[in-house]
Amino acid sequence: MPAKKHRIAIAADECKGCRRCIPACPKKLISVGNEINIQGYVAVKADNPEECIGCGSCFHQCPEPGAITIYEEE
Amino acid sequence: MSDKVKFGRSKVFFDPFERRPGPIKKNMHYCPGCGHGILHKLIAEAVGESGIQDKTIIISPVGCSVFVYYYFNMGSISVPHGRAPAVATGASRANPENFVISYQGDGDLAAIGFNEFIQAANRGEKISVFFVNNSNYGMTGGQMAPTTLPGQITTTSPYGRNPETDGFPTKVCEIINQLEAPVYIERVALTSTANILKAKKAVAKAIENLRERKGFSLVEVLSPCPINLKMSADQVNKFIDEKMTQFFPLGCIRDRSAATPAGNLPPAIIRDPEAVKSMLLPGVSENSGAADASKFEIFQKERRVKICGFGGQGVLSLGLNLANMGRLSKLNVSWMPSYGPEQRGGAASCAVIVSSGAISSPMVDRDCDLLVAMTQTGLNKFRHVLGKNGILVYDRSAMKPPVVEATQKVFGLDALAIANSVGNPKCANSAIIGALSKILRENGFSEAEEQAFDAAYQDAITENFAAKPAVLKQNLEAFAAGKKAALA
Ligand SMILES: Cc1ncc(C[n+]2csc(CCOP(=O)(O)OP(=O)(O)O)c2C)c(N)n1
Ligand code: SF4
Ligand code: SF4
Ligand code: SF4
Ligand SMILES: [Mg+2]
Repeated sequence: MPAKKHRIAIAADECKGCRRCIPACPKKLISVGNEINIQGYVAVKADNPEECIGCGSCFHQCPEPGAITIYEEE
Repeated sequence: MSDKVKFGRSKVFFDPFERRPGPIKKNMHYCPGCGHGILHKLIAEAVGESGIQDKTIIISPVGCSVFVYYYFNMGSISVPHGRAPAVATGASRANPENFVISYQGDGDLAAIGFNEFIQAANRGEKISVFFVNNSNYGMTGGQMAPTTLPGQITTTSPYGRNPETDGFPTKVCEIINQLEAPVYIERVALTSTANILKAKKAVAKAIENLRERKGFSLVEVLSPCPINLKMSADQVNKFIDEKMTQFFPLGCIRDRSAATPAGNLPPAIIRDPEAVKSMLLPGVSENSGAADASKFEIFQKERRVKICGFGGQGVLSLGLNLANMGRLSKLNVSWMPSYGPEQRGGAASCAVIVSSGAISSPMVDRDCDLLVAMTQTGLNKFRHVLGKNGILVYDRSAMKPPVVEATQKVFGLDALAIANSVGNPKCANSAIIGALSKILRENGFSEAEEQAFDAAYQDAITENFAAKPAVLKQNLEAFAAGKKAALA
């Protein structure tokens, strides 16, 4: 059975740009974005979100309740 | 692909955070990279998984986490600085069906509240404590905390903490490990993902112990405060992992969870009729007043009084006398004093409520029926609480005639002058009560009520000054003179 597919989604408006998630991703999928969000922070963005392996590392590092969501294929 | 959320916003959080003021309702108020948010998520997940959300109360401390109640869709009580374990004790003992979490910072727990905390631990209260050690007082701008490291620069240790004068970091887990009662003690750190996952397990264990009522659990959380430490996310993690852990080694210090049987449910105080009875004041029954309500028709409706002046004028005793008069007339009463730390001269006020029904709150901050002002500053401070049809009584010998709304009434009395004439300036309050008898007769009292009022005054003042007949006499004279002078 092939491994399940995962996807990371970042709610840019909920991110505070603390960058804890960036070094935490083993796949290096997260980087600093280039826009200031409604809170006034430079949010991070997910590059190639479908390459996510669903480890949850970025989610656990993030202090915000819903800035990061990791989806798993049913 | 069809998607299921593997990691996402916990259902234990409110969504949105309606209690949070301002337009941002999805985020917490913490600074970027703050460990409080990471820990909140771990607690939310653990509570969600344990299924006790509906019966859990989380205590909101003083510190950056003061707004815990914005976020968790659980019960919450906001408490004074350091008092979380005391309030948690009350909340869990009053109703043992509650599961109570004490959430505290290092200033809150290890400085101002250390005694409350260590006593609760020693009693083995069935609560779980999450202790956020971020090595400083975060909320107030980064002062030295009991947990600040030697040499660490803070706003109150600008040359670095000096152990010779400031002592060494307080090792809370190790201290608590000297006590018999605690069931579970572990120290974790919110740094690497591996460490955060260990923290997640520790939080889950503490919540599980809570659910099983095993006893006192403590999880100390070394937590990033990048703002006050003036560090990036990476730097603050490094500081915790390399510097803080030298004094605060990570790991489980005690775990008697498995060996401790699940606790029984002790009888809830609030459900025990005998205990409820013992909390009532002597002479007061749960529905006092009903029998005698006929004497005072007027108190069928709750009547709200505010008295203000400065300390030493008898402001508080005026209120206490009115409350005692109500109590002796078998009415429900409340009396709530408010004064500064100085005994004499500072602003003083009190709120009195009299009713034949139950009184739900002792506060009088609006819809006041009767405002008694003994100084101008008192009046300035409280005139806004007077209700639309309220009555204002003021001491004419101390202030200028105040202006009131057309629907309100105002009466002046030379209370201090009357008191001096009976030889005791402290009797001004009795003169005012005497005047009230007449003023209230003009404004709603029946003749029978006026007589009952005067009799209640006699009873209350006699009870008060039974041991001082000379003072009792002066007060009775002041009452009579006040009554005579009223409306004059
Ligand atoms: C009785 C009292 N004393 C002092 C303060 C001021 N005060 C507010 S927060 C705080 C320190 C909080 O530090 P900590 O418990 O470490 O929480 P943190 O903000 O670091 O999470 C102090 C001293 C207060 N609010 N009440
Ligand atoms: S879940 Fe893991 S792999 Fe996916 S983005 Fe987050 S850290 Fe990277
Ligand atoms: S950890 Fe969360 S808040 Fe911080 S940068 Fe990443 S997504 Fe944004
Ligand atoms: S001051 Fe420190 S502890 Fe307080 S919210 Fe900011 S980062 Fe968090
Ligand atoms: Mg602190």
